[in-house]
Amino acid sequence: MARKILYQDAINEALDQEMARDENVVIMGEDVVGGMGTGGEMDAWGGVLGVTKGLYGKYGDRIMDSPISESALVGAAVGAAATGMRPVCELMFIDFMGVCFDQIYNQAAKFRYMFGGKATTPVVIRTMYGAGFRAAAQHSQCLYNIFTHVPGLKVVMPSTPYDAKGLLIQAIRDDDPVIFCEHKALYATEGDVPEESYVIPFGEANIVREGDDITIVALGRMVLYAGQVAEKLSTEGISCEIIDPRTTSPFDEDTVLESVENTGRLVIVDESSPRCNVATDISSLVAQKGFSTLKAPIEMVTAPHTPVPFSGALEDLYIPSPERIETAVRKVAAYGG
Amino acid sequence: MSEPQITPITMPKWGLSMVEGKVIEWLVEENSEIAVGDEIMDIETEKIANTFEALDGGTLRRKVANADETLGVGALLGVLASADTSEADIDGFITAFQANYVPPEVSEEGETGPAYEWIETADYKIRYLRMGEGDKNIVLIHGFGGDLDLWLFTQEPLAAKATVYALDLPGHGQSTKAVRDGSVTALAEIVVKFMDAVGIDHAHLVGHSLGGAVALQTALAHSGKVDALSLLAPASLGQSINGEYISGFIAAESRREIKPLLQQLVGDPGLVNRNFIDGILKFKRLDGVTEALTTIAAGFVDGNTQTVDLRDALAGLSISVRVIWGSADRIIPADHALELPANVAVDVLDGRGHLVMLEAASEVNKLLQS
Repeated sequence: MARKILYQDAINEALDQEMARDENVVIMGEDVVGGMGTGGEMDAWGGVLGVTKGLYGKYGDRIMDSPISESALVGAAVGAAATGMRPVCELMFIDFMGVCFDQIYNQAAKFRYMFGGKATTPVVIRTMYGAGFRAAAQHSQCLYNIFTHVPGLKVVMPSTPYDAKGLLIQAIRDDDPVIFCEHKALYATEGDVPEESYVIPFGEANIVREGDDITIVALGRMVLYAGQVAEKLSTEGISCEIIDPRTTSPFDEDTVLESVENTGRLVIVDESSPRCNVATDISSLVAQKGFSTLKAPIEMVTAPHTPVPFSGALEDLYIPSPERIETAVRKVAAYGG
Repeated sequence: MSEPQITPITMPKWGLSMVEGKVIEWLVEENSEIAVGDEIMDIETEKIANTFEALDGGTLRRKVANADETLGVGALLGVLASADTSEADIDGFITAFQANYVPPEVSEEGETGPAYEWIETADYKIRYLRMGEGDKNIVLIHGFGGDLDLWLFTQEPLAAKATVYALDLPGHGQSTKAVRDGSVTALAEIVVKFMDAVGIDHAHLVGHSLGGAVALQTALAHSGKVDALSLLAPASLGQSINGEYISGFIAAESRREIKPLLQQLVGDPGLVNRNFIDGILKFKRLDGVTEALTTIAAGFVDGNTQTVDLRDALAGLSISVRVIWGSADRIIPADHALELPANVAVDVLDGRGHLVMLEAASEVNKLLQS
C-alpha cells in the first residue's frame, strides 16, 4: 500500500488491468485514442485529460475513437454490452447526456428487467462532472442525481484514487449498466493504491473519519472539503464523522442511519443544485427512518438553484465551500445546546 | 525516603510507523501506586488500540494528558514521583519537559512505510521485512488472514538483540495470491525456502495461530533449521476451532459483516478500530484472496474441527518450545495449552484474546525474549 498515484492514473490502471484480464473489455469514446481521423499511433491525448493515455499502444483496436455523436457511441456500447462485450464508454462531460439519454435510461437500464433476466447489459459509462474549471454552465454540472433516479442503473462517484480503481474494476465486472462519475478536480489528487487488482463492492459506504458529535455525509469532491472542516473543528473539541456513500445507487442506508443514531446530528454536502438531489434524498431517508434519533434539524449544503456561472468570482461562490460546510456544522452542533 | 525522584510517563512508540497516539482513557487514579507492568492507559494508534503498561513504578502524582488528546511519540502523559516531592517541583519538571519536547515529524520513510523486500521461489513472490543485526535469527510467521504487519508491536523489540524476519505467507499480505498447495506441510516448505533465499541456516521460529502450526511443522520436518519454537495460540495442538470465524472471514465483504468477526480476535472488542477493519477489507478485496483463503483453510480446518494434529510430536522435540495463549481466545480455545508435554513452557495470559501479540504486546515480548 505504500505506492501513491494520481486519481486519473488509478482509473487508467483499472482499465489497463481489466483489458488485460478480459478480452471482452473495450473502450470507446471521443478522443480516447488521439482524436477521430488520426492514426492513434502517437496516442497523443488519451482523452481530453489524458486518462486513457497509453492504452491504445497496448490494446490497439480494442480502444476506439468515436464520432462526436454521444447517441451513436453510447448506443453502440449498450448494444455491444447486450451481446456479451464489456464496453467502457466515455461520455466526456456528464452535461452531454441529454443527447443519449434514451440509450441510457430507456434501453440500458431496462434490458435485464424487460427480458426477464435473460439479457444483461454490462456497460460502464465513464463521465466527468463538477464545477470549478471555468467551463461554464454546459460543462460543469453535477447531474449524477438524474441517473440515481433511474431504476436499473448503478451510479458510482469515487472520491479517492483507491476508491476509483476498486470501484471501476467492480463496475467493469458488474453485469448491470454503471454510470461512473469522476469529478474533474479530483484527477490530480494523490493517494495510496495497491498495484494488484481489487474490487470495492457497490452499496458499501466508506467511513472516512469516525466521530461522535455530528455526521457529515459528503459526495465526491465534497468529501475532501468535509475532511478539512472536520480537522479544523476537532481542535475545538467538535468531533465529526464523515461518510462517503461512494455509490448513490445502490445506497448504503444502514451506515448513514447507524451514524446518525450515534450523533443525532446530520449535515449533507452535495455539490449539485438543491432540488431533488442526493442530499434531499438522504435527508428524507433519515427523516423517515431515523427521526427519533435526531437532536437537530438536518442541514444541507448544496449549490444554489442556478446554472453554474461563467464568471469566476460567481463560480467560486456557487460551489459549496469549506466555510459554508463549517457554518452548517456549527449551526447543527449548537442546536438545542 | 531518599532524595525526591521525578519520572516522566511518555507516549510509547509501538511499531515503526507510529508517530502519535490518541489517549482513550486513564486506567489509574492520580496518587495511586503503580508497579512496573501495571496497565495505566488505553491508547489508540493507526493500527489498533492497545493498553500501555507502566515501564517504571512509583506514585502517579500528576496526569498531564487527557482523554481524547492526540499526542506525539515521547510526549508527556503523566508524572511519577515520590510522595514527598513538592507540587512546585512537579510543576517545574512539567514546564521544563514541555519546553524541551519536540514531537516526531512524519518523515519520508514514515509516509512510504517500512522497507519491504521480496524473494522469489518457483511459485511465489514472498514479501518480508527484516529488522535488527543480531547474530541470532528470528522468523515471525503470521496466521490465517493476517500479514507481517501483525508483528508491528513484536518485531522491533525483538530486533534489539536479533535479526528478525517477518514474512507474508502465500495468499496473504503482498505475497503472491494464487496458492497451489495450502496445506500446513506445503507452507512449512515455503518457510524453509524463504530461509534459504534470505541466507539463514537456522532460526528461532515464532508462529501465531496457523503460523504456529506451520512453525511446528517446519521444526518437525527440518530439525536442524529450527533453534527454538514460540507458538502463540497455535493451530494443530487440539481439535476444536471456531469454524464460523474462518468461513465468515472468507465470505465477509463489508465492514458490517467483518467487524463482529474481528472483534472475536481480541479479549476487549473495543480494541478493533476503523483502521484495523479497513486494512483487513483492503486485503480481502484483492483479486485471488478469497480463493487463497479457501484453499488454505481447507488445509487445516473442516467445520469446527482442525484436521492437522501435531500435538503428539511435540514431546519428541529437543529444542526449546514455548506456548503462549490468551485465556479469552475465541478462535482456538486456550485449553489446548493444558497438559502439554513437560518439555514445553506454557503461559496463559488472563483475559487476552487470539491476537495475543497485539493485545498483550509487552508481556508476549518479555516471554519471547526470556
